[in-house]
Amino acid sequence: MTSSKKWLWVLIALAFLVPLLRPVLPDIVSDYRLFLVSTMMIAAIAVLGLNLLTGFNGQISLGHGAFYAVGAYTAAVLMDHLNMPYWATLPAAAIVCFIVGYLFGLPALKLEGHYLALATFALALAVPQILKYKWLEGLTGGVQGIVLNKPEAPFGLPLTEDQWLYYYILVVMVLLYWAAANILNSRSGRAMMAIRDYAIAADTMGIDTALYKTVTFGISAAYTGIAGALSASAIAFVAPDSFNFFLSIKFLIGLVVGGIGSLIGSVVGGIFYVLVDNSAQALSTFVKNDLGLQFDLSAYTVFGILLIVLMYLMPMGIVGGVYYLVQNLRSSMRGGRARQQAAEKQPAAR
Amino acid sequence: MEQFLQQVASGLANGAIYACVALALVMIYVSTDHINFAQGEMAMFSTYISWQLMSWGVSFWIAFILAVVLSFVLGVVIERVILRPLHNAPVLSIVVVFIGLLAIFNSVAGAIWSYLIKEYPSPFPKSSFGIAGVIGPHQLGVVLVTLIVLGLLFAFFRYTPLGLAMRAAAQNPQMARLVGVRVDWMLALGWGLAAAVGAVAGIMVAHIVYLDPNMMGGILLYAFAGALVGGIGNPGGAVLGGFIVGVLENMVAFAGNQIEKASGIYIIGNGEKLTVALIIVIFVLTVRPAGIFGRVVVKRV
Repeated sequence: MTSSKKWLWVLIALAFLVPLLRPVLPDIVSDYRLFLVSTMMIAAIAVLGLNLLTGFNGQISLGHGAFYAVGAYTAAVLMDHLNMPYWATLPAAAIVCFIVGYLFGLPALKLEGHYLALATFALALAVPQILKYKWLEGLTGGVQGIVLNKPEAPFGLPLTEDQWLYYYILVVMVLLYWAAANILNSRSGRAMMAIRDYAIAADTMGIDTALYKTVTFGISAAYTGIAGALSASAIAFVAPDSFNFFLSIKFLIGLVVGGIGSLIGSVVGGIFYVLVDNSAQALSTFVKNDLGLQFDLSAYTVFGILLIVLMYLMPMGIVGGVYYLVQNLRSSMRGGRARQQAAEKQPAAR
Repeated sequence: MEQFLQQVASGLANGAIYACVALALVMIYVSTDHINFAQGEMAMFSTYISWQLMSWGVSFWIAFILAVVLSFVLGVVIERVILRPLHNAPVLSIVVVFIGLLAIFNSVAGAIWSYLIKEYPSPFPKSSFGIAGVIGPHQLGVVLVTLIVLGLLFAFFRYTPLGLAMRAAAQNPQMARLVGVRVDWMLALGWGLAAAVGAVAGIMVAHIVYLDPNMMGGILLYAFAGALVGGIGNPGGAVLGGFIVGVLENMVAFAGNQIEKASGIYIIGNGEKLTVALIIVIFVLTVRPAGIFGRVVVKRV
């Protein structure tokens, strides 16, 4: 545990130092690359939110795109109509999304498994329409959406917009990650996981399952909503049709690839889906030119195939799968007795 | 009044489509307890197959039959190859696989046939068909075709030995296996039938909503609503539920329109169709998850 914690600190330190290499390596640490990494971190926060709900509390959500949209629109409306500074919109988006998530968690209490998936699926499909609702048009700008300004570095810091954005999002991500790790490591976190593993047993142990489930829904929505708010200031634009069902699919692929019920896996998953999404063009030209197929291969074909294949081969996701492999390897080197111990320590596949 | 009748009639036509997709969902749900989130995209894919056949010069009804048969085969293959190994997997894995299928069908259809919206022909003669002023020729045709398909399915399940075996396999797999029903194949057959019924729905609705890879999103949502209203474990109820939400959808838009005319206040209209479906889904799921005709299943802890 301590060694992995040390590595985490090294990683964070590296993440803080790399953008400062810009004067030395202007081609490698370009503004575009920094922006790409910023979107990856936003994705990681969104997937982290979904993981808190699905991975650690066992409630399936196919509709987290909805909370992302609520967060993004809350931030955009506050910046556009009330001229709020971009950083002040984060707590506002978190509170709004917590309330929305909590309220959605109430009917979700009566739903399990497939039914909850169905209800959240319906939510994800309906979101773009709700955002276009005529009465909200004055606020949301209807189909056109809202155009915003990109945040600039404060106090005259000698940073470009993208550099500043990178630091801003990095700090938010580290804080949120730290908070999530602490929640999960507390009594409440153990209660959340107990509900996931055996709801009735958790109930008889005196855990208020209804309260924990709804609050987890709220916290999860708040995380994803913060990611949405960050994306609104990063892209400096929100429009209803960018919050379609496929956004929720992206969160799901992040969750599944990274590992259901793994915090660091959420970060890996977020990075992964942004990478694939961004290489879709290259992928398509590769298929066309090098394989000679007349297809416009989109990222979603890759996502879809991965979703299915991972469910067969690595239901614990890449992080879980690698962990499992390393454990196996180690124990086979140590021999029989150690193997047994490692087997007991392995996380159960869910 | 005439307007009202028109709305009811076109609601019934939409309802027929929802009923078909709802029935497809129920057929899979009853036998495997899975909710097939990819049902709509499978139907969309079948519709594209029929479009492709027609663009190669095949006549409408031949293309229709070929596409339905191909969809049946595709459904069987998907069950045998992709879902069979996951039979005892946790719910989340199953849901993830369905979403994967959805993404694959959607993106592959877009890759092969592009995301441009295409016109889709109506097979029904324009004149001397339909009731003037109440229901258009295509809508009446849709209702007739779906009723024929539903009738055939009913007859199949009610009067043939194979249909009986399939029902047995769905209701009590262990006992069915003991009396010599090949339960695994019955499930695959159910998948094939569901895909075929979905294909009928897709081909019938394509003339109304036009052909594009995302055409079934809203329809699938209404089919879910219909299946839930009728009771997701009850085929007859799901069909009726499909018709109910079809009419309800149009009634809500109609009422919203009348209110706007009378008072000038816009409350609800065509732009809120999916939101209405969302509200129906959540309302039914929380208030009466078994639907109108469904039986409440008691789970033993």
